[in-house]
Amino acid sequence: MEKSTENKLKIDKIDNYIWQIKKTGKMNVPINIFASEKILDKIKEDKTLSQAKNMAAMPGVVKNIIVLPDAHQGYGACIGGVAAYDLKEGVISPGEIGYDINCGVRLLASNLDKKEFLGKRKEVLNEIYKNVPSGVGKESEFTLSDEELNEVLNTGLDWAVKKKYATKKDQECIEDNGCIIGADSSKVSQKAKARGRSQLGSLGSGNHFLEIQEVESIFDKKIAKEMGIKETGQIVVMIHCGSRGLGHQTASDYIMKMEKEYGWEHLPDRELICAPIDSPLGKDYRAAMAAAANFAFTNRQLITYQVRKSFSKFFPKSKLELIYDICHNIAKFEEHKIDGENQTLCVHRKGATRSFGPGRKEIPEKYRKIGQPIFIPGSMGTFSYVLIGTKKAEELSFGSTAHGAGRVLSRSFAIKNLSVDNLKKEMNDKDIMLKAGSMKGALEEAPEAYKDVNEVARVSDELGIGQLVARLRPLAVVKG
Amino acid sequence: MKEMEKKFVFLEHTADIKFKAFGSTMNNLFENCALAFSSCISGDKKIASKKKKIVEVSGDDLEALLYNFMDELIYLLDAENLAVSSAKVKILKNKLKAEIIGDNTKKYSLNHVKAATYAEMYIKKITSGKKEKYEAQVVLDV
Repeated sequence: MEKSTENKLKIDKIDNYIWQIKKTGKMNVPINIFASEKILDKIKEDKTLSQAKNMAAMPGVVKNIIVLPDAHQGYGACIGGVAAYDLKEGVISPGEIGYDINCGVRLLASNLDKKEFLGKRKEVLNEIYKNVPSGVGKESEFTLSDEELNEVLNTGLDWAVKKKYATKKDQECIEDNGCIIGADSSKVSQKAKARGRSQLGSLGSGNHFLEIQEVESIFDKKIAKEMGIKETGQIVVMIHCGSRGLGHQTASDYIMKMEKEYGWEHLPDRELICAPIDSPLGKDYRAAMAAAANFAFTNRQLITYQVRKSFSKFFPKSKLELIYDICHNIAKFEEHKIDGENQTLCVHRKGATRSFGPGRKEIPEKYRKIGQPIFIPGSMGTFSYVLIGTKKAEELSFGSTAHGAGRVLSRSFAIKNLSVDNLKKEMNDKDIMLKAGSMKGALEEAPEAYKDVNEVARVSDELGIGQLVARLRPLAVVKG
Repeated sequence: MKEMEKKFVFLEHTADIKFKAFGSTMNNLFENCALAFSSCISGDKKIASKKKKIVEVSGDDLEALLYNFMDELIYLLDAENLAVSSAKVKILKNKLKAEIIGDNTKKYSLNHVKAATYAEMYIKKITSGKKEKYEAQVVLDV
């Protein structure tokens, strides 16, 4: 494991589950860490907190940097981190958003129960594996012309609804209605389009997955019902993936452009390369980021289309309703209270989920009285959680909560020290059917490589930045 | 294999792939970075040398050149279905020309690489006794 100087950082406990690194040296704001003691110990094992310190030293950053319970080392900025910027003094930084622009999660609720699903589990899983490409070099059937690709980038779900890959009801249940305003396909390079063109409707590899789960526990029956989660044993489908090569290339392209224009010597880390929010280059990146985000929303929608088709082949009366679709690598322009005043900020979430409480205009009308649905996927073979956004998150963390379990083992360590046989046995013992393009890839994603998602979800709930609604247990997994 | 003869080695990194590459010259160093990239995507399998492509990248400094070179290998993987097996590299000032040798991605089950990063990147000259060698460190986002 990386040796770190994290133990030298002075961390004060300021409240239950809230720790702080006070503003010192080059920091412009303090860092608030949301964690249990157990989680904080893990966070200190890699460079997460040094990276948070660098984030705190960026120009125009406001109030505090947030480090969430699933935080771990990224590049430049930690994953599981939130930074909010003043629109005039602040910057937009592709590395603080993540290369996988709009990597996110959606959850579909079905009208099937566990017993009937298990009767056809193998068939459904094989059908999905056939229809939803994962891994490298596996193209999807949705390879588009230039014109159509641009339409996807500019209009996201509007295109999908037009082509009948989505319903209007689907569109309402996606952040930003699956189409971020201001997207501009002309700001996305030909290189990025070439990378992403044949990848629409595909999962990709790494930690991306598709899981068919059962509702194992319901903690808040009323809110669960509003989301369409009616009873334990109900089958749900979780899809986790992002903007594929198109988004990654877009981030890379703008990092190169911003470096050329602004350099990086004045920044705490080369990977935090950025541009002033309202500069021409800043505006270009915002438009490109929005386009890549629309690509990712559309990607998850096309996978949903294939999943619905796959289910109906074996369950002709099956219905898979979209509960919600969330981003966890994105920058959003949102109003937050700073020193009692409402201020529009550019909120960067990297491996962090928006958590808005009841009343926020950004939440679809369907959920506006209860708050925003949130999904925290566990690692392969573990529980995933459904939560609801809260007003407290808006006060404490710019309306943000964790996005997943967060890694603890490096990929190389996982491959050297965990065994494929053990993983297969573990999945078998838990009665989880796994279809993976690469068992080595699956090994890197083994549960032991991740933090305890149960702890991450519990801390989120105890803090009040995301309230527990339900717990989900995997029955079948597709991995790249 | 003696430390001096190693072309590259993978290091620990929580979320991504990190490697150190070595070379007797700067060109050789970049060639071994391509070998490390190839190993990263193919795992234990060897990618055949069936296809060739000439690429050119530029960069204001060596780190930018390395970043853009890795970026190009990723692009070839996704957009042109070319998986690198090895490369022949020539660097002149702020330009790099390389012959990429590899094979069609569709024949293999490969690991995906999202992007090159500048995280923890360095390129340095190391003098060991009378021998000069070059060393680079790269983190790739997977």
